[in-house]
Amino acid sequence: MLGKTANGLFWMYRYFERAENTARLLDTGQRIALTRSGNTDDEWDPILKTAGVADEYYTQHPEGLSKSEAIDWMLRSKDNPSSVLSSMLAARQNARLVRTALTHEVWEATNGCHMRVKDMLSRKVNERDLPSVLGALRQHIALVRGATHGTMMRNEIYNFARIGTFLERADNTARILDVKYYVLLPSIRSVGSAVDNVQWETILRSVSARGGFRLEYGPDAGPRDIASFMILDRRMPRSLAFCTHKICENLGFLAADDGGATPSIDAALDIQKNHLSKSIDDIFDDGLHEFIETMLGCYRNLSHQIERDFRFSV
Amino acid sequence: MNDQPVFDEMWGHGSDDARTPYKEFYNWFEGEDPARLRRKQREAEEVFRLMGITFNVYGKSEAEERLIPFDIIPRIISGQEWRTLSRGIEQRVRAINAFLHDIYHRQEIVRAGRLPAHMISQNAAYLPQMIGVTPPGGIYTHIVGIDLVRTGENQFYVLEDNARTPSGVSYMLENRETMLQMFPELFAKNRVQSVQTYPSDLLRSLAASAPKGCNSPPTVAVLTPGIYNSAYFEHSFLADEMGVELVEGHDLRVVDGRVAMRTTRGYKPIDVLYRRVDDDFIDPLNFDPSSTLGVPGIMDVYRAGNITLANAPGTGIADDKAIYSYIPDIVEFYTGEKAILQNVLTWRCSEPDSLAYVLDNLSDLVVKEVHGSGGYGMLIGPTASKKELETFRRKLVANPDNYIAQPTLSLSSVPIFTKQGLAPRHVDLRPFVLVSPDRVDITPGGLTRVALKAGSLVVNSSQGGGTKDTWVLKD
Repeated sequence: MLGKTANGLFWMYRYFERAENTARLLDTGQRIALTRSGNTDDEWDPILKTAGVADEYYTQHPEGLSKSEAIDWMLRSKDNPSSVLSSMLAARQNARLVRTALTHEVWEATNGCHMRVKDMLSRKVNERDLPSVLGALRQHIALVRGATHGTMMRNEIYNFARIGTFLERADNTARILDVKYYVLLPSIRSVGSAVDNVQWETILRSVSARGGFRLEYGPDAGPRDIASFMILDRRMPRSLAFCTHKICENLGFLAADDGGATPSIDAALDIQKNHLSKSIDDIFDDGLHEFIETMLGCYRNLSHQIERDFRFSV
Repeated sequence: MNDQPVFDEMWGHGSDDARTPYKEFYNWFEGEDPARLRRKQREAEEVFRLMGITFNVYGKSEAEERLIPFDIIPRIISGQEWRTLSRGIEQRVRAINAFLHDIYHRQEIVRAGRLPAHMISQNAAYLPQMIGVTPPGGIYTHIVGIDLVRTGENQFYVLEDNARTPSGVSYMLENRETMLQMFPELFAKNRVQSVQTYPSDLLRSLAASAPKGCNSPPTVAVLTPGIYNSAYFEHSFLADEMGVELVEGHDLRVVDGRVAMRTTRGYKPIDVLYRRVDDDFIDPLNFDPSSTLGVPGIMDVYRAGNITLANAPGTGIADDKAIYSYIPDIVEFYTGEKAILQNVLTWRCSEPDSLAYVLDNLSDLVVKEVHGSGGYGMLIGPTASKKELETFRRKLVANPDNYIAQPTLSLSSVPIFTKQGLAPRHVDLRPFVLVSPDRVDITPGGLTRVALKAGSLVVNSSQGGGTKDTWVLKD
């Protein structure tokens, strides 16, 4: 396969995942705002921070934070390279580049998704319409994912698509956790308060995992369990352990085809061994925020190593 | 605008009965509910949009992708008509390949006094870098699109020989695919020859032209200028259908005397490159040094016989409009036979007598730039305003060598489906030809382009033309 094609697949699926995660964050943001009595614009600050787009937002909006501008920034802004619209355009652009590697079904789903999202986001979205827009968006991305699962050969094309998906997802899950622990509630005294619990609920909702969590951990489970669920639980498809496992697995297939190990598979296995075999108590004792920072760094390095190993560019 | 009666391919010269090839179709059409057909027409458009069958428009915002309008009424050619056309086309492409070999070697045709030397030596499309080079298999133009127009029951003319990089074949295939999906019942009633083997024929034909002693099977790739090129859809479509890599210049480099592509496992040599990048841009070391679309040094690999480029550099001279006027002589010179397909009568404005005639009759003629394409830079005398005629007259006088002129042909029409029902529109036809060392394949069908405006003779998609599925019947 061409290095350029591997690059395009990797980023196509990263951008789809990013678009979906940003949509989930927006959903979470709106939910937090609605369940709080104050409903102030400030609620959106941690959401922007989670998405990693807060700094650019404040640079572009010196007048400060407003709800409608924050939503627009994350949803539609062309100045924000991680907005849903920008991610979607980038995903489609990469899909065009690698079109020959995609099945007709995946290409059609991608095109359909792109057309619908472009249409829905052609003008500012009213807060009232936000849930239905976000719902339609998730649905269209699910069609792309479904076509991918149902029609793509399990070969290196699929492997690069999966690696892109899970690197992006791991990055996003880590950020969501970080916001909860570092940004939302810096004071240890609030832990276990009513506010705290509502926020944890919201976090679970943003990863579509409330039911699954309750089912596995029972009604009395607390924040530490939620953190454990999102970091270490291999049954949870957005957890760091699950995503990392999938990355290792797909890098493994590539290495097997190649008849030799690459530095990137070593790096991925190291993440598993050094960071994800800890207990949740160890992680909390060392500091959750520090742990997350380390993980984000690991994923960043892994991404660069993959780009080098598989000759994504000259 | 034109005194000659228009030949309609469905109705002939205004008969009450549909012509034989269209009879079965018309029976079906009459029995259909127009509302259903209108819905189908909209559905077809939706299919094209969803499949991303688009072309990019130059000069518009770079992200703009447009659909080429598709009309659901097929253009139908009888098997008998097609046999004559195929023989003529095969004769023509064989002659063109022989001509290209000759002008880059001994130039017998010039020595024989059949073609003035300056037509070659002063032609911008003639590449000195190709002198003495014989491509693998001896083929210069592997993929050809011959533009034909029809003016009567038995009158076909060649309008242009696209010998460098003919495009549009993806539309031929997708148009058929769409018709098969929309109206499967039509294909049960009519015996339409299949076009769907084109991609495998193309691959076979390219592989057959590979350099001697290369990998078996040869590694084939398609070279595209990139996603902003107007024909990117077609490049990716063909690579996909053939199951070969679609590469850009920056994916390639010369490694150990071979052209190789950067894969996830290192550089892999390519044997045959179907390149959709123009001569000027293909090698910054040998041609335009500012090009970023090509591969530095690829011409040296080519001259050493280690890669096949399809089509060969320097083939453009054969579709130059001034050379076009000599094609009947060229056919005769290399095949010893009279040309089966006629040329449109052409005045070369470089010749003083012709120029005088053209200037006197400007309002009756079509004037074209020698190197122009896409319907740009041309004058259609009968529909031009006084001002346009004057502007063109000045251009002609200032630079006569740059122009040729032809009579305004009364192009045939085929009905399109409109809100008011069937309405005749002018069409042309581009059949696609594959040339390999052992054979010539002509796909039974082609691209029918149709002017969507009533009376208009401009069928180019860049100027608002549409397309139709083209049927060649088995009979």
